[in-house]
Formats: sequence, structure tokens, C-alpha cells
Amino acid sequence: MSTDIVITGLGATTPVGGDVDSTWAALLEGRSGVRTIEADWAERFDLPVRIAAPLAVEPTEVLPRVQARRMDRCEQIAIIVARQAWADAGFEMPTDEAHTVDPDRLGVAIGTGVGGPVTLLNQDDILETSGLRKVSPLTVPMLMPNGPAAHVGIDLKARAGVHSPASACASGAEGLAAGWRMIASGEADVVVAGGAEACIHQITVAGFAQSRTLSTRNDEPARASRPFDVDRDGFVLGEGAGALVLERGDHARARGARIYGRLAGVGITSDAYHITGNHPEGIGQINAISKALRTGELSTSDIGHLNAHATSTVVGDVGEAAAVRKAIGDHVVVTAPKGSLGHLVGGAGAVESIVTVLSLYNGVIPATSNLEQLDPKVELDVVAGEPRKVDLRAAVNDSFGFGGHNVALSFTTV
Amino acid sequence: MADVSNEEILKGLGEIVEEVAGVAADDVSLEKSFVDDLDIDSLSMVEIAVQAEDKFGVKIPDDELANLKTVNDAVEYVSKNG
Repeated sequence: MSTDIVITGLGATTPVGGDVDSTWAALLEGRSGVRTIEADWAERFDLPVRIAAPLAVEPTEVLPRVQARRMDRCEQIAIIVARQAWADAGFEMPTDEAHTVDPDRLGVAIGTGVGGPVTLLNQDDILETSGLRKVSPLTVPMLMPNGPAAHVGIDLKARAGVHSPASACASGAEGLAAGWRMIASGEADVVVAGGAEACIHQITVAGFAQSRTLSTRNDEPARASRPFDVDRDGFVLGEGAGALVLERGDHARARGARIYGRLAGVGITSDAYHITGNHPEGIGQINAISKALRTGELSTSDIGHLNAHATSTVVGDVGEAAAVRKAIGDHVVVTAPKGSLGHLVGGAGAVESIVTVLSLYNGVIPATSNLEQLDPKVELDVVAGEPRKVDLRAAVNDSFGFGGHNVALSFTTV
Repeated sequence: MADVSNEEILKGLGEIVEEVAGVAADDVSLEKSFVDDLDIDSLSMVEIAVQAEDKFGVKIPDDELANLKTVNDAVEYVSKNG
């Protein structure tokens, strides 16, 4: 087992920016990506939720037209962030003749919560209105949840295995965990890992609204997502993707790569309790964090920072805060990027891991947007107002998903 | 398709191929093979056939589509069956 696994490339497209630099800058400024839904369906179905966090940059503005038309939006953004991360790591795009890494030692692990349901629904509409002839032959490859990972694998000519974890809102973090395991087990030298989601649609908003998990602060979109704030009332559905190049440490150093930090350890647990609700004592969350420290050979006192899942729901944020106190202690400095980003579902764990890595790398933690009055039940030091400069050695990012999935990742500086 | 010349069919086919597969319409010349020269996969061929059916008012059953290897094959087929 080699667990010296480093991060050499980052890529993201989010509601606040079309790349990592613009997203990071927006987080430091505390800008919000939440907008009023412009499509007519929110009003037509009289949905209680009229806000969402769409991408800041349309993927069709980035990808060549023909490539874009063959992919679901979720696949488009997976390709975009993987290419960003790949270039950021200093690699050239592979050709049939040349590849800058051994393709048999290159893997992909890109998770998604739901993949391409919008394609599924659109093509079903086409079948109903225009008949079989008009149904796209690309329907199945566009809707399948392994599509984002598979497209990235083809694009980068990765032959060591392509994984597509699906664990709802923990999918992006599980993508990173899967990538870590591929390198730790010796199956790969380099893995492009992360998550993607693009499912803002009348049925997803309606479905989440019916489960009473979304914010209805429709008249103040920018203030709607407010993790840990006493006035939070639910999450805001967003779309986005993140990818990280994970690399065996000696492989990265041999080629003189810039190293952002280490993905030191991973912890995955399952609640075995309820399909949407968290375990009331947070056992699964606590154990996931503890496991991420153990596999990373870290102690609780090493961890200076926690990048929280905190979606801005009434119940979830308090439960997580209690679990973090138990698993790590109250000394960690906490932030919750969803205040700016909204909830990127399968993209969340990956994008928020990038934020965690940059906090370690730059020694500054972005503030939690819209945190005006800390819920007294959240007994943690949560950064509010301005970013906080800190000297950090290690941090944890945690993600939890419907189904009782808990994924924690521990990161260190190098 | 007596009122449409082979040149017009070739031009129309070129537009469809450009839309579906991103190959420049000018590159869609008679001697080219869809698969070997224009790098068009089987999924795109289905889309091209459906659009050609609409544009030229022909039927292209699957067993006929399989025989359309070159652009010339397609132009001839449309010309005869339109």
C-alpha cells in the first residue's frame, strides 16, 4: 500500500465561476451563485421554490458544438473540469501516438448523483410527440450515470479503470475516495477523480420541494443558502463539477509537478438507518471522519480545519456540527461553501474538496456566506464575515448523501 | 427524385453531416467513406439517415443504411428512391 497520494491538478465549473480561479475568488469575496429560476415551469406548476444555482458559464460556450450535442449537460461539465485539471497538472492532451502518462496506469473516478435524467425526460417527450424516428440514438449513453466518467476516460485515454460512484450528495467525495483507493492498491499511478451534477429541472426541484428540503427564501436568492445560520430554511439546488488529479507522490515528484497537497486518507461509512434522514447520534458521520484520520495517519489535534457538508437544512447542519465535535473536537475552524455555491449534489464533494485543498495551500479559509447569526446549537468556530488567514497542516472535508452515505476525506500540506 | 439534381443532394447531405458530425460540408465529397474517411460512427449514421429522410422525402430502412458506405452510395440511393 502506498498512501503517499498527492494532488497535482484542479478543475471546476460552478455557479460562481467557470474555472477554479474564478470560483476561489468568488468564495473569498462571499459572492452567491443563487438566482431566480428563469424557466417558466416554476411559475406554471406553482412550485414553492423559485430559486436555484445554475452554472456561471454555459458548457456549450466551452466545448465544440458537435462534442456538446453528443453529451448530456452532466457529461459536458465532467469533460470540462477533467480537461482543466489535466492541463493544470502539466499534462498534454493525449493523442493516438503520444500520452504523457502510461494509459494502463491512468484511471478515472467521477461520481454523480443522478447522471442524465434531463436527457431521459427530453427523449421521452420526443417519443411521445414525434415517435421513434426522432429519438436520439445517443439517448442511453447520454442518460447513463457512468457517462460522465466514461467520457472522461475516453477523452484522456485512461485504461486502468473508470469508476462512477453514485451516493447522492456524497458522490463527488466518493469519486475521490475511489481514486485514492486505486492508487493505494497499486492499480494506478494517476487518477482523475471528482464528481458532476447538472439536474436543475422541474421534476428535481418539485421532488426536492416535496421532501421539504429546499429553501423557499425566493425573494432573496443571494441570501437563501445560509449554512449554520439560525434563520436557514433549506438548501438551494445547484449544478457544477469538480475534478482533481490524484497522483502517487513519487510519480509526481519525479516529473517535477507542482503539488497542492496530499489526499492523506479516506473514510466511508453507511448509516443503515433511514433513506433520507441521518442517524440521530451521527454515528456514521463520526466514524467516517475518524476513519479518514486513521487511514491518513492523523490525530484529531492535527486537524485545523473542517470544510463542512452543511447544506443549510435545519436538521442536517446541527447534526453534522455535533458529529464534528465528537469526531475531531471544537478546535477546528469550520467553513461551509454551500453558502455561496448552493448544493451541487454529486459535484459538491469534489468542488468542496478543491476549496479545502486551496485553503490548505493558500493558508486562508473562505467565510461561510450568509452566516449572520450562528445557530446556538452549532458549537463550532465557523468562519463568518471575512476569510480567515490560518496556518494549517491538515484538514477534513465531509460529505453525506441520501441513502445514509458518509464520506470523509483528510488532506494535508506537503 | 427527378426535380433534385445529384449536386443538390450532395450539398444537402453535406449540410446534414456537418450538423450531426461536425465534418465541414465541403469535405463531404462523393468518393469519401462515412466511416473510414469522415470518422462517423454508427450512432451518428442513424441521425444522418433520419435527417436525410426528412430533407429528401425518402425512406432509408436499416438494411439499406448498412449498404451506404460512401457519400456516393447515399447520393445514388436518394436520387433513385426519392
